[in-house]
Amino acid sequence: MNGVAGVAESPDVLYRLDKVGRTYRRGDAAILALTDVDLTIRGGEFLTIQGPTGQGKTTLLQLLGGLDRPTSGTVTFEGQDIGSMREARLTDVRARSFGFVFQGFNLIPTLSARENVETALVPLGVHGAQRERRAADALADVGLADRAGHVPSELSGGEQQRVAIARALVGAPRVILADEPTGNLDESTRDDIIGLLERLWSERGQTLVIVTHDSGIARRAPRTAWIQEGRLTLREAGAAEAATPVEPTAGPPAGGAG
Amino acid sequence: MFFTYAARELRRRRRQAIVVALGLAVGIGLVVTISAMASGVRAAQGTALQSLYGVGTDVTVTKAATFGSGGPARFGLNPGSQSRQGQSFSRDRILASPGLGTVSASSVSTVRSLPHVSAAAGSLSLTSLHLQGKFIRFGQGSGGGFGQGGSGSFPTARPSVPPVRVSAYSITGVDTAQSSVGPVTAAQVTGGRFFSASESNAHVAVVDQSYAKQHKLAVGSKLTIGGTTFTVIGLASAPAGGTGSDVYVPLAAAQALVDTPGMVNRISVTADSASNIGSVQSEIQRVLPKDTVTTAQDLASQVTGSLASASSLAGSLGRWLSIVALVVAFAVASLLTISAVGRRTREFGTLKALGWRGRRVVGQVVGESAVLGIAGGIAGILLGLAGALLVSRLFPSLQASLGAFGRPAGGGGGGGGLLARAFGGTGPSVTIPFSASVDARLLLAAIALALAGGLIAGALGGWRAARLRPADALRRVE
Repeated sequence: MNGVAGVAESPDVLYRLDKVGRTYRRGDAAILALTDVDLTIRGGEFLTIQGPTGQGKTTLLQLLGGLDRPTSGTVTFEGQDIGSMREARLTDVRARSFGFVFQGFNLIPTLSARENVETALVPLGVHGAQRERRAADALADVGLADRAGHVPSELSGGEQQRVAIARALVGAPRVILADEPTGNLDESTRDDIIGLLERLWSERGQTLVIVTHDSGIARRAPRTAWIQEGRLTLREAGAAEAATPVEPTAGPPAGGAG
Repeated sequence: MFFTYAARELRRRRRQAIVVALGLAVGIGLVVTISAMASGVRAAQGTALQSLYGVGTDVTVTKAATFGSGGPARFGLNPGSQSRQGQSFSRDRILASPGLGTVSASSVSTVRSLPHVSAAAGSLSLTSLHLQGKFIRFGQGSGGGFGQGGSGSFPTARPSVPPVRVSAYSITGVDTAQSSVGPVTAAQVTGGRFFSASESNAHVAVVDQSYAKQHKLAVGSKLTIGGTTFTVIGLASAPAGGTGSDVYVPLAAAQALVDTPGMVNRISVTADSASNIGSVQSEIQRVLPKDTVTTAQDLASQVTGSLASASSLAGSLGRWLSIVALVVAFAVASLLTISAVGRRTREFGTLKALGWRGRRVVGQVVGESAVLGIAGGIAGILLGLAGALLVSRLFPSLQASLGAFGRPAGGGGGGGGLLARAFGGTGPSVTIPFSASVDARLLLAAIALALAGGLIAGALGGWRAARLRPADALRRVE
């Protein structure tokens, strides 16, 4: 599991990104999404990735989640290069180690809340009553025990995102990767959702990575990675505000950081 | 999860699902109806051929009559002496059937000894002509017989021609030792009994049912043919047509009627299996090069009438129609499935992100499509059965006529014209009850076809789903 030959890792290093680049081809033009990104994420860390829209945040999250592969450099997770891993194995790693929360919730519209949560247990080979029980427990954890039988169209946006969070948690993955989880929600719901993610993170010791363009949310994390034009800079909590580039399109910070 | 997910998905896009299933149903329904029709037509063809060709007969051997061999109908009716002019007459004349040359009886045993021949029976078709009328009365007192007498003496007093009534019936001599092959066999006997093998030269007759009814004959009745009295021992139904006959007598007795022992004019041959018919035909042709060797197959191509139309409808036209319907149904199913997968891009991308293997996603798409295929197949079978029922109702019977078969070209001789008039100019014709028939194999094939349609559509949709990269799927923000 641990340790690429010749590289001494400290045991709590979960991710190591080394000179990661990602380019897209659109017609003849090559679009540079990420350039020379170096990043280390420790187990149990809460990290936000912030930056203007369309400048590489989501690409970085997808590389962390094994949904995309770098065009240069390496993405190492638990000592394994997930950038060059065979698709079938990568699928396994995704099922066991990562939980995703998306901006658009991405629930299956035909399935009930509980069944949606169950979809995350399907690749883990959990069946029948056990799968139903675990899904129901996960829904209870996000405060939706009484909404388990409803389909997404019968739930509010905040409730749908809670279902998605339950789905991300139910398999007890090491990492929760959330891509603009509050992007489609109003302000009060936004705080609920971020509060929920923070609570679960602090209770369970999972690693939490949230992509956001909202500096109010970014400020709540101990560490923030700032991405602009494909380049990454890190900011530790408590560092001088002046050193932090300010998201030009972001609104005023949400009040009441807890 | 598969069934819940599939059922919910199909319910969500039920209008599309109904279109796909109905499309498949129509295609499958056509296939079932056309196939049922085809097998009904095949059965009818079998019946028709049996009627027109002989029971249990795979191959027949005949010989085209050489010119004049049939012989003009010499009735000996020349008035001869003047004293017979104006007198009434009544004459019977028995002839070998016009158009058929004779085949020597030794050919029968030659054919019987060929490989793959399981039975061969010679038969002799005869026609009894009965003429009744009055001799022509020429001008009285002319004394000179035919009337080129005194010039202008009787310019207006032409001899009158009284009507001559011609009636004919057919007689076939059958080999009493062969019970399963020939123009008539024990299986067709409806009353009384068939010939026993020992009655090879007895004066007994089996009479066709309708002929017997017409002439008020029953088992035990006496029948005089060419001056010989036969006792009716049995009645037979069909086969009415080419080889059917009004009266059947033992072969030797028939030969005695025309005073030609050892003569037959048709050999009916059974092959030991259907696959050997071709080789039997060519073997016979080799040993009897001058004879005409025909198979039921050759005959089938000469059948005309509504049977032939039904056959071509069920054959090429029906086949193309059902192929087109199936292709359209498959194409519609495939396009709709592919477009449904397109609309579920984000859904499948999400599932892949959650760790669903491509296989499982493809399986979901294929499975949903297969469910539609089976539903369409079942609906298609119901449609097809309804179609088959409708076709059977619309066409309760089919007519089959045989072109010139059995009266090979070049036949006839002098008697031909007269006999053709007596029988009517066309070939024999039969009416066969028709019903489209559906068997379990056809139904299984229909379900398999529908399932294949569903799987093809699902595979195309699944192929598209498999190519989705989760990152691309998730990048699409609605």
